[in-house]
Amino acid sequence: MLEARELACLRGERVVFAGLSFALEAGTALLLTGANGAGKSSLLRLLAGLIPPAEGVLLWQGQDALADRAAHARRLRYLSHQDALKPALTARENLAFFARLWGGDAEAALAALDLLPLADLPARVLSAGQKRRLALARLALGADAPLWLLDEPTVGLDTASVARLGALLARHRAAGGMVIAATHLPLPLPDARELRL
Amino acid sequence: MRAWLALLARELRLALRHPADTLAAVMFFVLVAALFPFGIGPAPEALARLAPGALLASALLAALLPLDRMFGADAEDGSLDQLLLSGLGPAAVAAAKAAAHWLTTGLPLLAATPIAAAMLNLPVEAWPAAIMALGLAAAFLSLLGTAGAALTLGARRGGVLLPLLVLPLAIPAVIFGAAGIEAAAAALSPRPYLLLLAALVAAALPLAPLAAGAALRGE
Repeated sequence: MLEARELACLRGERVVFAGLSFALEAGTALLLTGANGAGKSSLLRLLAGLIPPAEGVLLWQGQDALADRAAHARRLRYLSHQDALKPALTARENLAFFARLWGGDAEAALAALDLLPLADLPARVLSAGQKRRLALARLALGADAPLWLLDEPTVGLDTASVARLGALLARHRAAGGMVIAATHLPLPLPDARELRL
Repeated sequence: MRAWLALLARELRLALRHPADTLAAVMFFVLVAALFPFGIGPAPEALARLAPGALLASALLAALLPLDRMFGADAEDGSLDQLLLSGLGPAAVAAAKAAAHWLTTGLPLLAATPIAAAMLNLPVEAWPAAIMALGLAAAFLSLLGTAGAALTLGARRGGVLLPLLVLPLAIPAVIFGAAGIEAAAAALSPRPYLLLLAALVAAALPLAPLAAGAALRGE
């Protein structure tokens, strides 16, 4: 279980958000909504441990999650705005690197997002939507990370790919995983609670 | 360790896909070394006297070239966040970057050392010592440079700030390296100087990645 207590985030001198509390049980999903600049991306980065909270604590199973950041990193997958792909490497090489880091099956993950026909193309020639799919394929590697933090996961995706993402999210939640997603678009996340920033 | 090797392999693969970066550093090294004969004129003894210091300075300047993109490219495309969340720890990420920098920039410079040494009229007896001194000095610079690159990441004009930060710290490597080459040119043993240089590398080996890791984490 993930619990946030009175989290606050500063950007320079500006308070992005403060006094933010929520709890997330296994198998549930949380949708972050709010206007541009409301702090959705900052909250996801904070939850990932990439930026420290200005105030408040983040608890994982009742323990301070950010005390051991390497352990926290291992239990989460973070999908940022950027796709984190190397243009010079092929789609397969990009994914195989993460498969070697985390374990998991790169071929199955490529198949899950229908990327096998593009697997040997360098990432630089892929379209924006295809790159997004390749970034999402990291989630399909299947290595067990219970917490998924997704920043606008469906930007640029066609409807078939959104459905594939939906299947991926449903499987993850059925296995007890948690999803926190920031979005402006409808997401295939049934019975997700909404947190308005 | 497996994850660390995966990261190192990725860095080397990327360097192979962009061979121009390595080639640019090697060309820069040879060209800077070639400037000295033009400036000093056709006096072989004067040139040979300057050769050790000129070799070290040219090699360190050339090795600086790829440093400002070391973390910059990964920060821009979001890869850096993923590396910091890879479970490796920021210091291990920095150590892999430093190792890759030495393998893809330091080692190729050694291959070009005989060319530069010949242009500077360095006696052939001193070439092995020159190659060893440059290899160690380049390793020292890779380590310092990784810390510098992590510190200047995201800074405006980071590319200018980086040499200002790193080069003063590299002075001991120039002193010991040049002294080693000079000793070999005078038919003395370069061993004590090279050992001192190796000691510098040994000291930087744990410290520089830790400093770089702390800087990356603070980003």
